[in-house]
Amino acid sequence: MRPKVEVRSLNAWFKANHALRNVSLTVPANTVLAIIGPSGCGKTTFVRCLNRMHELVPGACQSGNVLVDGQDLHARRVDPVNLRRRVGMVFQRANPFPTMTIFDNVVAGLKLNGVRGDYPALVEKSLRQAALWDEVKDRLRQSAVSLSGGQQQRLCIARALAVDPEVLLMDEPASALDPIATARIEELIRGLRESLTIVIVTHNMQQAARVSDSTAFFYMGELIEHGPTEQIFTNPRESRTEDYVTGKFG
Amino acid sequence: MKAHTDKTYDLQLDDLRNKLLTLGGYVETEIATTMRALTERDSKLAETVIGQDREVNRLEIEIDEACRRLLVLRQPAASDLRFITTALKIVVDLERIGDLAVNIAERAIDLNQSPPLKPIPDLSRLADLGQRQVRAALDAFVEADPDKAEQVIKNDDLLDSLYHNLVNELLALMMEDPRNIRRANSLLFVAKHLERIGDHATNVAEMVIYMVRGTDIRHPGSRK
Repeated sequence: MRPKVEVRSLNAWFKANHALRNVSLTVPANTVLAIIGPSGCGKTTFVRCLNRMHELVPGACQSGNVLVDGQDLHARRVDPVNLRRRVGMVFQRANPFPTMTIFDNVVAGLKLNGVRGDYPALVEKSLRQAALWDEVKDRLRQSAVSLSGGQQQRLCIARALAVDPEVLLMDEPASALDPIATARIEELIRGLRESLTIVIVTHNMQQAARVSDSTAFFYMGELIEHGPTEQIFTNPRESRTEDYVTGKFG
Repeated sequence: MKAHTDKTYDLQLDDLRNKLLTLGGYVETEIATTMRALTERDSKLAETVIGQDREVNRLEIEIDEACRRLLVLRQPAASDLRFITTALKIVVDLERIGDLAVNIAERAIDLNQSPPLKPIPDLSRLADLGQRQVRAALDAFVEADPDKAEQVIKNDDLLDSLYHNLVNELLALMMEDPRNIRRANSLLFVAKHLERIGDHATNVAEMVIYMVRGTDIRHPGSRK
């Protein structure tokens, strides 16, 4: 399978805190990678390195390479804003722009990137991709905060999808949602895999097992084990992975 | 072994393990008792096997419930998942072994109504071997020892060849004298039940290998 994202000897620091230690892994195109591990293990830092958001934190630095389609993200000619269009991100807490309508939220990224086009058609396409269209098609001009938590999260996914990314990073996208909204997001992830590559951080191991093709277990900044999801959850090779997935940690 | 962060989880797993061991102990005793009832022509003893099997059935239900509870409450992974799925599978084999012991007891009661046939040493040997196989499979489970389990799987061939010898022996008896047919036929059933007991012990052993190593060695030709 063609590698979409390649991470080579990635290290990341927050000042003196060595948050990621020599992480290397590959994510094939059109697959879902789940990142699991206890709090503070470097999961979020890892995904934030994949679209150069880590460097926005004061005192943060990193070494090693992250390649998307073979292109190094830190090459001089790479514009981080343009990069973030290709590598989109969805966060733990739904963060629609509160003063904007549903419609304007979806097109916000397009406007920012100066993309012109048939906005209504693009909004419909993105909202359909995010499995939200049927619920909001008659209220596109209403405020985004009028939506429920689960709908707001799908709106944020629609907003991320509107700029047509190739990779989608999701940091605990369902942890604040009820089981039904969570199931919708999980179904959505499986559908989106057809057209993009997804990296999802989750504390919910059953969720990781359900949605991902491969799973990476991080502990104290190190990548302990990365393998097919079924193997990680039924027969992990590393004892620390075994301890974590069976609940024998700490 | 490292403990779970939630200690009640460990207690629940231990409880399941103990229930399986109790069940294993019951069926081992059932085989021994039923064979004594047959060789010593003791129908009363045979009746006790039928009585004990109710305990076996009760434990089977309890074990199933314990597994379901663990699956839904803990959503187990890795070695816990393999242990619980193994428990769910081997409980069926153990309960079936109990049923086969009861079938033998019923045959014993029937045979005790007629005068004895001449002694058939291979039958006792088959029973010994079957019982040993069940015990070894249970030991492999308790000790989580895949090498022991592999030995059980290998030894099943011995049991099978002993069974085939016995079938020929019993057929010869029937041909010798038609008055032997009814009794020899009953003993054929006993032999078949013992051979099946060996097969169930093999199933348990295969699951032990899965539980410990995470590899499913059953039906090697049927894999995708």
